[in-house]
Amino acid sequence: MVSNTDTKANNLMKKKLLIFALIMFVFGFALVPFYEKFCEVTGVNNLLQPDVRVKENRVDEARWITVELDANTRGLPWQFKPLQSSVKIHPGEPVDVMYEITNNSDREINGQAIPSYSPRNLEKYLKKFECFCFTKQVLKPNETRQMPVQFVIEPDLPPEIHTVTISYTFFELPDGASAIRK
Amino acid sequence: MAAVHGDAHSHGHDDHHPSGIMRWVTTTNHKDIGTMYLWFSFTMFLVGGFLAMGIRAELYQPGIQILEPELFNQFTTLHGLIMVFGAIMPAFVGFANWQVPMMIGAPDMAFARMNNWSFWLLPVAATLLVSSFFVPGGAAAGGWTFYPPLSVQGGLGVDLMIFSVHILGASSIMGSINIITTILNMRAPGMTLMKMPMFVWTWLITAYLLVLVMPVLAGTVTMLLTDRHFGTSFFNAAGGGDPVLFQHVFWFFGHPEVYIMILPAFGIVSEIIPTFSRKPLFGYSSMVYATASIAILSCVVWAHHMFTAGMPTVGQLFFMYATMLIAVPTGVKVFNWTATMWQGSMTFETPMLFSIGFIFLFVLGGFSGVICAIVPIDIQVQDTYYVIAHFHYVLVSGALFALFAGAYYWIPKWSGRMYNETLGKWHFWLSMFFFNLTFFVQHFLGLAGMPRRIPDYNLQFADFNMVSSIGAFGFGLTQLLFLYIMISCIRSGEKAPQKPWDGATTLEWTHLPSPAPYHSFEKPPVVN
Ligand code: HEM
Ligand SMILES: [Cu+2]
Repeated sequence: MVSNTDTKANNLMKKKLLIFALIMFVFGFALVPFYEKFCEVTGVNNLLQPDVRVKENRVDEARWITVELDANTRGLPWQFKPLQSSVKIHPGEPVDVMYEITNNSDREINGQAIPSYSPRNLEKYLKKFECFCFTKQVLKPNETRQMPVQFVIEPDLPPEIHTVTISYTFFELPDGASAIRK
Repeated sequence: MAAVHGDAHSHGHDDHHPSGIMRWVTTTNHKDIGTMYLWFSFTMFLVGGFLAMGIRAELYQPGIQILEPELFNQFTTLHGLIMVFGAIMPAFVGFANWQVPMMIGAPDMAFARMNNWSFWLLPVAATLLVSSFFVPGGAAAGGWTFYPPLSVQGGLGVDLMIFSVHILGASSIMGSINIITTILNMRAPGMTLMKMPMFVWTWLITAYLLVLVMPVLAGTVTMLLTDRHFGTSFFNAAGGGDPVLFQHVFWFFGHPEVYIMILPAFGIVSEIIPTFSRKPLFGYSSMVYATASIAILSCVVWAHHMFTAGMPTVGQLFFMYATMLIAVPTGVKVFNWTATMWQGSMTFETPMLFSIGFIFLFVLGGFSGVICAIVPIDIQVQDTYYVIAHFHYVLVSGALFALFAGAYYWIPKWSGRMYNETLGKWHFWLSMFFFNLTFFVQHFLGLAGMPRRIPDYNLQFADFNMVSSIGAFGFGLTQLLFLYIMISCIRSGEKAPQKPWDGATTLEWTHLPSPAPYHSFEKPPVVN
């Protein structure tokens, strides 16, 4: 039969294309660190870094903002809660709140907290100077720790906003992993 | 090459192959496999169509009548997945299987055994996908784009979908490797690259796009799977991942994917227009370059699907202009098709009607695409029925109409029989009417703010939705006519001559009888 199927040239081509497909598969995963680096360099998405404190603090005494505090854990045996469920503040005024974590298990665990804000774009107006989410937290068995968050909500927060929510979720870091930085 | 053909049909190759079901299970013949691809995709088209009828029945009136919101969302999700991965893509691969070897004068596809594999993976994947309706929690319901967090949270249905996408991806990659190798290594002597029929060119470029982006999709669903079950946090915000990252990797695949579904359609139309205009294709080489530029550009525009997901202004501007740039090579193509018809001695058989319908409606879809690409407008229309209208103009009256055109055009060669021209014309005009009835009004619904993927709507949208649903039922019924036309053609159509279209010039018409013999071009033709 005159047929040129499965010749050497074809098999070579198949091999090349398969390798190319494999490279693209790996490339898909490589997009993850690339994306993180990109966000870090361009300053998009830096919820895990301290903000710089501005000197002149305009405090808008006429306005009240309710800040609701929320705490969650995902897949680790910790108890995690804010010591006050909400605070009422003036925009521009520095605020301190306290969270508490307890390791209910009998092993040492590394955890990392990831913040999330509502409404959308709150991160533009919320400046955090001190936060337990900047570093990983290591808790010995049955250890309890109180951790402060220090922040300011800037006075140029859009006037229609009266309530904001700051939420944290703790998840477990594999042993030896450093804190996630974005 | 006895190694390949040695088993089922070795040297006594005339009509000697296993009969019954085993013929189809074991076949490595490109024509058999092409036929199976086409029947498979038509079956999935009916399944996806059934889901669409469900969606439109629910949206016929405001309020919830037929589908509970959870089920409605499963319907929209699976409708999208099935139409994209089960109907449109495999149909084009079916065309490639039948046509590429015949059009370049090759005896078969390069890897006949692998070809069999890439087909038989499809029914497995489709079964997983469809059966997910019946598992606890039901099918995936987070949209065909399966964005987290919903796709991280969903139940077993999402896992079935993930596996199904893995398998479909593997099938597509194998199919593309086969097509690329066949086209590059197995052309008849004298058939240089720049003499290849446009259909073959468009498939070559499409196949490259597939090996480029399908593995990325496989990686994406793998990450989703490990997020769901193995504690990673690629996309899970609670674990430090980023759902927006998912959208980037998904659309890195997703936008080229939409061109994967349209480039072979361009190829089919570029064969049909010259045939029925009785003139060579105008600007052949510019067609080749336009196809290649579309493919390259399509890899750098993905974030136009994400204008509302949060992006720096420079990013929005870049993706907006890059997206608009695609309209340029697309315009070149439309210009060339029009110029091909110009002063041609045209006749309007069904394939030509579908091709001309394609050009008109695809251009409309292109226009609404450019409108979606304008950032300030897209922020308004994102996730509304305007986007639904846009992509149905490019996918239904684009890709699907081209598939119909191609099926009418080549069925005489495949079956050796002619279809019923009168019924074919009815199929075209009914499809045209009902398609526009269904989707044109959706532009207005979208501009007025009706969101997509929601089973209920405000009273102000009621009239247009009723019109759209009536159109959809009509369109659905019309497609049964297509099934009837094809079956009666294959069973009892008039015998077709070798070249029923007198303007046809490609090898399958000039060198092969109708129906094309089971083994064709075992001795390559000479192309001058
Ligand atoms: C001139 C050409 C085109 C342009 C400028 C264009 C532009 C766009 C834009 C900007 C969107 C995003 C709209 C939104 O979500 O708000 C979009 C969506 C879409 N386009 Fe196109 N497009 C073009 C051609 C095509 C073609 C040829 C196809 C497929 C054959 C296609 C299929 C789709 C699909 C499926 C979606 C919606 C995806 C989803 O959200 O589910 N487009 N297009
Ligand atoms: Cu796109």
